Amino acid sequence: MKFTLSWLKRHLDTDAGLTEITDKLTALGLELEEVVDRSEALKAFTVAYVVEAKQHPNADRLRVCTVDTGDGEVQVVCGAPNARTGMKGVFAPSGTTIPGTGLKLKPTNIRGVDSNGMLCSEREMGMSDEHEGIIELSDDATVGKPFAAVAGLDDPVIDIAITPNRQDCLGVRGIARDLAAAGMGTLKPLDTSPVPGTFQSPIDVKLEFDADAANACPMFVGRYIRGVKNGPSPKWLQDYLRAIGLRPISILVDITNWMTHDLNRPFHVFDADSLSGDVRARLGRDGETFMALDGKEYEADDQLTVIADEDGMLGLGGIIGGESSGATETTVNCFLEAALFDPVRTAATGRRLGIESDARYRFERGVDPAFVRPSMDVATRLVLELCGGEASDVIVAGAEPDWAKTVELRPSRVHHLGGLDLPENDCTRILEDLGFRVEPSNGVLSVDVPPWRCDADGEADLVEEVIRVHGYDSIPSVPMTNPHPVTRTALTTSQRRVAAVKRALAAAGLSEAVTWSFMPRAQAGLFGGGEDSVILANPISSDLDAMRPSILPNLITAAGRNVDRGHDDVGLFEVGPQYVDDTAKGQTTVAAGVRRGGSGARHWARQQRDIDAFDAKSDALMALAAAGAPVDSLQVMGEAPSWYHPGRSGTLRLGPKNILAAFGEIHPGVLDALDVKGPMVGFEVHLDSIPLPKAKATRTRDKWDVSDLPAVSRDFAFLVDAEVSASTLERAARGADKGLITDVSVFDVYEGKGVEDGKKSVAIAVRLQPHEKTLTDADIEAVSSKVVANVVKATGGSLRG
Amino acid sequence: MQDLDTLEKDMVAAITGAADMQALEAARVAALGKKGQLTQLMRGLGQMDAEERQTVAPRLNQLKDALNDAVNERRTALNAAELEARLASEKIDVTLPVRPRPAGTIHPVSQVIDELTAVFADMGFEVAEGPDIEDDFHNFTALNIPPEHPARQMHDTFYFPEKDDGERLLLRTHTSPVQIRHMQAHKPPIRIIAPGRTYRCDSDQTHTPMFHQVEGLVIDKSTHMGHLKGCLEEFARSFFEIEDLRMRFRPSYFPFTEPSAELDIGCSYAGGELRIGEGDDWLEILGCGMVNPRVLDHVGIDPDTYQGFAFGMGIDRIAMLKYGIPDLRDMFDADMRWLRHYGFVPLDIPTLAGGLSR
Repeated sequence: MKFTLSWLKRHLDTDAGLTEITDKLTALGLELEEVVDRSEALKAFTVAYVVEAKQHPNADRLRVCTVDTGDGEVQVVCGAPNARTGMKGVFAPSGTTIPGTGLKLKPTNIRGVDSNGMLCSEREMGMSDEHEGIIELSDDATVGKPFAAVAGLDDPVIDIAITPNRQDCLGVRGIARDLAAAGMGTLKPLDTSPVPGTFQSPIDVKLEFDADAANACPMFVGRYIRGVKNGPSPKWLQDYLRAIGLRPISILVDITNWMTHDLNRPFHVFDADSLSGDVRARLGRDGETFMALDGKEYEADDQLTVIADEDGMLGLGGIIGGESSGATETTVNCFLEAALFDPVRTAATGRRLGIESDARYRFERGVDPAFVRPSMDVATRLVLELCGGEASDVIVAGAEPDWAKTVELRPSRVHHLGGLDLPENDCTRILEDLGFRVEPSNGVLSVDVPPWRCDADGEADLVEEVIRVHGYDSIPSVPMTNPHPVTRTALTTSQRRVAAVKRALAAAGLSEAVTWSFMPRAQAGLFGGGEDSVILANPISSDLDAMRPSILPNLITAAGRNVDRGHDDVGLFEVGPQYVDDTAKGQTTVAAGVRRGGSGARHWARQQRDIDAFDAKSDALMALAAAGAPVDSLQVMGEAPSWYHPGRSGTLRLGPKNILAAFGEIHPGVLDALDVKGPMVGFEVHLDSIPLPKAKATRTRDKWDVSDLPAVSRDFAFLVDAEVSASTLERAARGADKGLITDVSVFDVYEGKGVEDGKKSVAIAVRLQPHEKTLTDADIEAVSSKVVANVVKATGGSLRG
Repeated sequence: MQDLDTLEKDMVAAITGAADMQALEAARVAALGKKGQLTQLMRGLGQMDAEERQTVAPRLNQLKDALNDAVNERRTALNAAELEARLASEKIDVTLPVRPRPAGTIHPVSQVIDELTAVFADMGFEVAEGPDIEDDFHNFTALNIPPEHPARQMHDTFYFPEKDDGERLLLRTHTSPVQIRHMQAHKPPIRIIAPGRTYRCDSDQTHTPMFHQVEGLVIDKSTHMGHLKGCLEEFARSFFEIEDLRMRFRPSYFPFTEPSAELDIGCSYAGGELRIGEGDDWLEILGCGMVNPRVLDHVGIDPDTYQGFAFGMGIDRIAMLKYGIPDLRDMFDADMRWLRHYGFVPLDIPTLAGGLSR
């Protein structure tokens, strides 16, 4: 909402300075966006008198002017054809930067004649493209006075943000009322005295709505004014409209804009002679069209409110008028319209047709229902004053809707809710200054809400009014004390798991990414998603239309982007949501990651190797451990989802059914479909599937139980079928003596020369830890035999000789 | 005895003059070995008479000790020289780079969530969560956002297809529905924050279709605007780690709070660079207010007994402000270079006692 300082002062009697006012606006919730003081940039430019302009001795087109600047006479060489003796113009002294050219003036010599300063054109002033000649000011302009003041540009433009609840401040007067209540002066009275009509309007107004749509336009006030002389508005009106970015058109049209911005009362003016029959407001008819004032044609339907005459649609009620019926320069008889339109219907219509207008903006927030009738007299007075003419009686169709509201305010609530200790008198004074009527009864204030404050309808609203006007700054801050003297844990176990997993994966060398929760539907299909229920109806773009069924695809494509940027070694993870369906349980929390490229940059002291599925398995185990999963009890199985390489992937399960994680190489076909260069490995850990630990009474660890007897390690190599899994072998070995064997680890796997085709050699180290007595050779031999027997039985292999 | 003196002199000279271990061993064997000169002389003691033996034996024993000492001394010296020579040959180029250790990073959004959680936890807040896919009631209706409110239109909200029963689910446009879910499930007193993903159908330089918010909610019988101010001022000072941070609360408007406010913090834009805590300009960081009684009505909490405040703050935004991150969109691009530049060391877990950030 824009207005100028002097415009504000038409309503507000105040001594306050600009900054005081703008600070107060923000403190009132009318947040200052910007103050533009157009005079600031024009400070150096003054009114000057050309004492003499004579021909330049050495140039046909130049004149040598003696200029009275009010601060002495200077000599200026000027090329403008209109530079002449006795004129008044705009003078810029040497040292001034010219806004239109950005050049700084210097004393100079033009063809042998000294020149100091410049007489400026509109283009040089940055005001227009006009460069035919220098600006000519009227004879009564005072020499030496700042040009900005003469040109009406010394009035700072204030721009404030209006929140949706402050529809009353969409007119300058509403803003002045707020400021006055906050001690920034007094609100001047507004003359709404009736302008008597002298004849009966030849045009009548009808509201043609069915009962169920009667609120579309509950009230319509019209007035016929005959014999007007339209034309350009007076300078003051043009200046104000220009200052807020509006283009002056003609007096009649400018008055409607003035009423809109000054008093928040949208108006429309018809050329009465272009109307046929009476004016009516009704719902639109399908297929009806009209050419609007914005030069576009719009089509109506039966949901929107139109203004029409006998011949058809003239405009959209509360939004925009029509080209054919609007007042023009030649209008002699006009018809003024002030009406009320339903905010909801107005908003819906505006949205559907994509029309933004000052009228729509105000009607959809709600305009003062009690001001429709009085506003007609304010507007009439302006028309008669500026255009002459004769006004008819006022026509009122419909009636002012019942807007009266009374809200009770317990004065104690100002402190109890608002945190501000303020005497009841002050509360009453503030509310009354804002236009509320306050009646104390039984310790409670009975408060009548003024018609322009349709937002205020509860006690909390009144508390807000009081503390807002008194100032949020004066509310004392009260510390928010913790109910416990010592801080308690703020996170649930699941939340702590998420935090721990992130830190663990980052510690493992992966960088945490945050990627969109959505992805392209076609890609979602590759990851088990793309169900209709999780496809957005209005995606931001077609490649972000499906909720992600897995985090992996976003990480894979992110890795691809990194590769494209020349970053071949990528390690990314994300812990976040994925979506199976649109139910509450369909969203799960997953830790996923990808790695691509080498195990690190080439290094002088270390063999480089390619990332493989075991890196992903390691990451998955790392995440599981950090999340508190029983890592030692997990089964490693196959059957990873289809987006993994079928031969180089696996799952980690707690029991046969509960899949906690999947890992492996990403399926090359999937990488192709995502247009990403592989190979790449990835993992997904389903954090929600990890059982929560039982609540423990204490944090006591398991008993410390170690044996001081020497441990023994024995190595075995087995020749087994290539298909036999290491875990089968490992489990069999471990099972040989669960009490004695504390660790079985695979330290070599070999296929190739010396091992027949289809077989492999697997070497394990078995660690034996006695608890009661030192192991004898016979003891060790016995366990070793059992290890061999168990493995042979479980794998069908043999001990390698 | 004269001979012995000469002999001692010769043998000691051989020992101390040994150039290496081999020569030393040869000298030792020549003197003290089975066939060594001294050993021979010792053997000769048996043939001597008692008187002569009493003179010679001590002299030989003394000679033996002297030779042993000389051998040990020489051995030590040779060992030292040998070690020195070996070490000299084992010189490495210490300027070579070390073996890399894995070094990943934590995303600024995660780090900032941990930071603000630490601060609010200290004021007695717990962390609550809710789903991203929401319904109309929790995202709008219960928050006093009427059906005709512009936010409900397609412009701002991501919707899912309409179901057979006419219901249309959506992606939550703010974290405020977590307030509603929490109040439905818990009785006052309530003190929660709810960080999470939020979505709006908007994309330009300063907007992304997904972003992060943290919601705050306090409900009890006595919390008022003064507490709201105290809580959020303390948060801002603590989070931005600027003790004299300038702040102002401005009246504002949200359907779900009344009275409503926005919190601005002092900043400067000198030289095109934003600096928090300096200068005369203001920057909005959050919206807040006293919970609208209608919201309490919607969740079955008696607004005549209970009241409190709520706030909502953009996590990405405060992360960008605190750590000088210039572009919101980079947050979600997963560019390794960016993640390494703006990310955090995994062991830097923010705590109040240990400091939120380095």
